[in-house]
Amino acid sequence: MDAFLTSRNVSDLLGGVTSGVIYALVALSLVLIWRSTRMLNFAQGAMAVFATYIGFAILAPTTNYWVSMSVAIVAGLVLGGVTERVLVRPLYGKPEINPIVAMVGLLLVLESIAAAIWSTSARALATPFSIVDWQLNHKPVALSPFALYEIVTSLVVMAIVAALFQYTKLGLQLRAAALAPEVSRLLGVRVGRMLTVGWMLSTAVGAVTAVLVASNFFTGLTPSGMDGVFAFGFIAAAIGGLDSPVGAMVSGLALGVVFQFVGDYVNSNAVILVALGLLIVSLMVRPNGVFTRSAQRRV
Amino acid sequence: MIVVDGLSVSYGAVRALQSVSFEAPSGEITAVLGANGAGKTTLLRAISGLVSPLAGTVSKDGDVLTGRRTEDIVRLGVAHVPEGRGVIAEFTVEENLRLGFMIARGSLADALAEQYAIFPVLGERRRQAAATLSGGERQMLAMARALIARPSVLLLDEPSLGLAPLVTAQLMQQIRELCARENLTVVLVEQNATSALRIAQRAVVLRVGVVVANDTAAVVRDDENLRQYYLGMVE
Repeated sequence: MDAFLTSRNVSDLLGGVTSGVIYALVALSLVLIWRSTRMLNFAQGAMAVFATYIGFAILAPTTNYWVSMSVAIVAGLVLGGVTERVLVRPLYGKPEINPIVAMVGLLLVLESIAAAIWSTSARALATPFSIVDWQLNHKPVALSPFALYEIVTSLVVMAIVAALFQYTKLGLQLRAAALAPEVSRLLGVRVGRMLTVGWMLSTAVGAVTAVLVASNFFTGLTPSGMDGVFAFGFIAAAIGGLDSPVGAMVSGLALGVVFQFVGDYVNSNAVILVALGLLIVSLMVRPNGVFTRSAQRRV
Repeated sequence: MIVVDGLSVSYGAVRALQSVSFEAPSGEITAVLGANGAGKTTLLRAISGLVSPLAGTVSKDGDVLTGRRTEDIVRLGVAHVPEGRGVIAEFTVEENLRLGFMIARGSLADALAEQYAIFPVLGERRRQAAATLSGGERQMLAMARALIARPSVLLLDEPSLGLAPLVTAQLMQQIRELCARENLTVVLVEQNATSALRIAQRAVVLRVGVVVANDTAAVVRDDENLRQYYLGMVE
């Protein structure tokens, strides 16, 4: 059993899950916005970094990790809401290129402002959890208390979002506004408000993601530090189906695991090639996403 | 009671409604009849605020609705069942009903039980996705979803569309019973003039956006000219 837990394949699996949950969170964050507004938020990573940096700013005086995390989440809610109201709202019903340009623009602006205020050097949040892997018979298991914390936190965030959508009155309205905006209005749903709430939720999920990335002592977080994570999260969302939160999360996790095995058995440079290859194949075979029902009936 | 006064709506250069006026009293069904493109659907959309009129007003029991948002008009008790029913296919029957109950107060369980008593088939299928329902069942779901918030005005857009004659007859009967029991103001838009006139007390006939008749249903039913030229009812 010990030999199994410290084996190469189990190590790859654990390492893959640890990074996969991050891709899954980014993918979920993108899906939340795509479902309701049909926009790809290219600024997702930069918005998440910005919210987290505000959390850092609070950390300096308090040095409490949980306070920083909470501040980052609140900052994410506010940043998401303001972005929807100010920048996104005028773009509804405009040609598809407009939101793309606006979101890429926001990405550049936010990354520059963050660099100007906080510099481009990496910052790390000190977590209450050790990053040293657990040991079994003097051999390391590819899992540290911090990695476990990262996995559990991600799963909790996903569960909270899922429960919110499935079991609450707000979630019912969020789903209805995304599926059938005009009918929802006829039933009294304030659709504009639901779009704002969608952006708030998405950015708050992004903020948790960036806090987790920043908590990784080895990498820390730079103003453009979410760009790579965003790319993999986007690929996960595109493969899983931009309309399917479950698909996005499952394929995020799966991608993390696949990348870990490819990096270990083939070459770490092959990871990006494999990612793009998977994306192309999935777009050829299931262009609407692996987890999206191919013919969704609309009435 | 709904009062429509001098309502004009245009889509760009196209005039959809021109100075339309009529009253729809409480406890009665007012049928709005006319051919395709006569402006029937536009009329309902203007009442519930989905399109804003160029001129004229709509009021309900003295409150002016014109200029308010759709979401607020619904909260004043105006329920609109759109053409094609607007059932959310991805939602279960019960989720559709929960959404309809969102603006209401009181117990959701009681309200659901009440609708399931009126439409037993919906109770049997409460956990099914609305996509799996037949056309008639979807129409019932759309009606139940509108009624669950206890509206005082019910706007129905072509409820018989795509339904078998027998199902249409049952549905019309149900509309008439509900209208009388709940003292609803029903505005019933129909292309199927025969079945609408059978249950309506009043009728408004539109022709390319203009009211050509506004009278009791009996008068419209017996008017040879209206029947032939505007309603396409040929024996």
